[in-house]
Amino acid sequence: MDELKLYTWIAVGGTFALYFFIAWWARAGSTSEFYAAGGGITPLQNGMAIGADWMSAASFISMAGLIAFLGYGGSVFLMGWTGGYVLLALCLAPYMRKHGKFTVPEFIGDRYYSKTARIVAVVCLIIASLTYIIGQMKGVGVAFSMFLEVEYDMGLYIGMAVVFVYATLGGMKGITYTQIAQYCVLITAYTIPAVFISLQLTGNPIPQLGLGSTLADGSGVYLLDKLDQVVAELGFKEYTTSTLGDVEMFAYTLSLMIGTAGLPHVIMRFFTVPSVKAARQSAGYALVFIALLYTVAPAVGAMARLNLMNTIEPAAGQNLEYAERPQWFKDWERTGLLAFEDKNGDGKIKYTADKATNEMVKVDRDIMVLANPAIANLPNWVIALVAAGGLAAALSTAAGLLLAISSAISHDLMKGVLVPDMDEKTELRASRIVMTISVCVAGYLGLNPPGFAAGTVALAFGLAASSIFPALMMGIFSKKMSSKAAISGMCSGIGVTMLYVFQHKGIMFIPGTSFLGGMEPNWFFGISPNAFGSVGAFVNFAVAFIVLRATGPAPSHIQNLVTNFRTPHGEVAGAHSH
Amino acid sequence: MEDKQSYWSENLRLIFICLAIWFVVSFGFGLLFVEQLNEFRLGGYKLGFWFAQQGSIYTFVGLIFWYGKKMNDLDKKYNVEDA
Repeated sequence: MDELKLYTWIAVGGTFALYFFIAWWARAGSTSEFYAAGGGITPLQNGMAIGADWMSAASFISMAGLIAFLGYGGSVFLMGWTGGYVLLALCLAPYMRKHGKFTVPEFIGDRYYSKTARIVAVVCLIIASLTYIIGQMKGVGVAFSMFLEVEYDMGLYIGMAVVFVYATLGGMKGITYTQIAQYCVLITAYTIPAVFISLQLTGNPIPQLGLGSTLADGSGVYLLDKLDQVVAELGFKEYTTSTLGDVEMFAYTLSLMIGTAGLPHVIMRFFTVPSVKAARQSAGYALVFIALLYTVAPAVGAMARLNLMNTIEPAAGQNLEYAERPQWFKDWERTGLLAFEDKNGDGKIKYTADKATNEMVKVDRDIMVLANPAIANLPNWVIALVAAGGLAAALSTAAGLLLAISSAISHDLMKGVLVPDMDEKTELRASRIVMTISVCVAGYLGLNPPGFAAGTVALAFGLAASSIFPALMMGIFSKKMSSKAAISGMCSGIGVTMLYVFQHKGIMFIPGTSFLGGMEPNWFFGISPNAFGSVGAFVNFAVAFIVLRATGPAPSHIQNLVTNFRTPHGEVAGAHSH
Repeated sequence: MEDKQSYWSENLRLIFICLAIWFVVSFGFGLLFVEQLNEFRLGGYKLGFWFAQQGSIYTFVGLIFWYGKKMNDLDKKYNVEDA
């Protein structure tokens, strides 16, 4: 066993042992602990847990790679996946916490005085969360197979087993404390390589500042200017100005923002804090912890791109000999994520934007974060750390999603609708059984990803944006909003979004560069399916207000309920006491 | 009851101010006016690019804490704090 593999096993094994220990230490004894950690989590702890819950394999592995190749266009992910927290903190979290229930469908069911509304919310939640979870399971499998050279399937089973243990045992309580540990692992694993690389390239150890600094090679040229120049010489779009198109960027950013605010596994976390004040605060802490990664990511992306370019073409016209390629190049070629084809037969590597002469026929954007430490010649323990960090990101998000799904089924569907007289002990047992089944379903979907999931996590955001977010907003800010109106809104919002996505199935799920592909003639104002959630949300709002006009407002006791949860003090609505 | 209503309208005013700033730094500076702002620089960053990839995020963090603080004051003023 070589040194790198040994370190990787130590890092992964050590972090897994830690997660198991925490799960055993924080096991849940009641439904309140299982669904909402007994309401006793401090805002700081909750912020950290939200950070891990939120930052998935997509944030950790894919995002910086996307930015590396999209340049300025990648900003949609940075603004979209952080801006949603402003909406959460200002418009949703405090009121939902005041109302004081366990789950998002439960809130919707109460506010819209309707079991149908609750069931519709459960269905929307399951569609959005399942789409999301497949990506996480794939991330776990890929991380194992790349770093530890175990089979993809085997990696997936290991991941399932770990999540199974701490999610079923601990519920929200166990997941919360595990996620705090996972946040620490993932943020360390993300920033250490970034600090090293920033130091190497610019002499500034803070990546956020390094990205705006001059290069350390004595030329006095700013890093971003250099990058613009290098990519432009090879015929690519200029890094700092390459855009996805104005309408697309606007719609995409908005879709990710409101999707963030509508994702049930994140909203659920705000039920775990003891007060309304703490709910507002924990959104702030959450965004601080998220921003730590999200402001480093653009530096990682830009620096990785520059390093890649410089490796292949150290000086203009002096391309790297294929025979002299570095070890990481060979390693990634083996995985098929990097591919070279000597088109002009000169034995040198040529990388340009021109498809006819470009010899780097495949550069998968997902490898940028994972290959980054190796490209920059960082020590092996750093690479091992990145493996553990990627797994922490994928596992923590998977656990949060599983909890959202299983609580929707056991608490909303079974306890709320089918068997209302179930006692607490039975419900706790039921939720553990449902959790077990959910883990198996998620694992199955990870092993056999259905066609529609191959594309994207971003899809889950569109679905949450078009269904759950508008229903919550209207429930809080419009006292008159009625159940009929909200149900029609949710159904038409998610319906329109899903139709648009399925219509584009053939286009969207070709992996690679379809983001920038020229498919525009078929698109609604040039908006891609990933960005369509904002349009779906608009449809949702519009339909709801039209139906409200036609069918009349909500009854007065519901309007009083809204008045009540708009102020922090006073009685909470339900039996869920803190 | 009137108290609750003026508490709510003060809250709405705060939310409106915050969301206006939220919109301006991200959709405004980061997307719609990015080219104009790119004429200016912040170290090696073009200003519009900086807002899109750094500045908007810092502003979001600040906004949430500012709103939280203002709401705590408002809760005290109307005596509606929770336990």
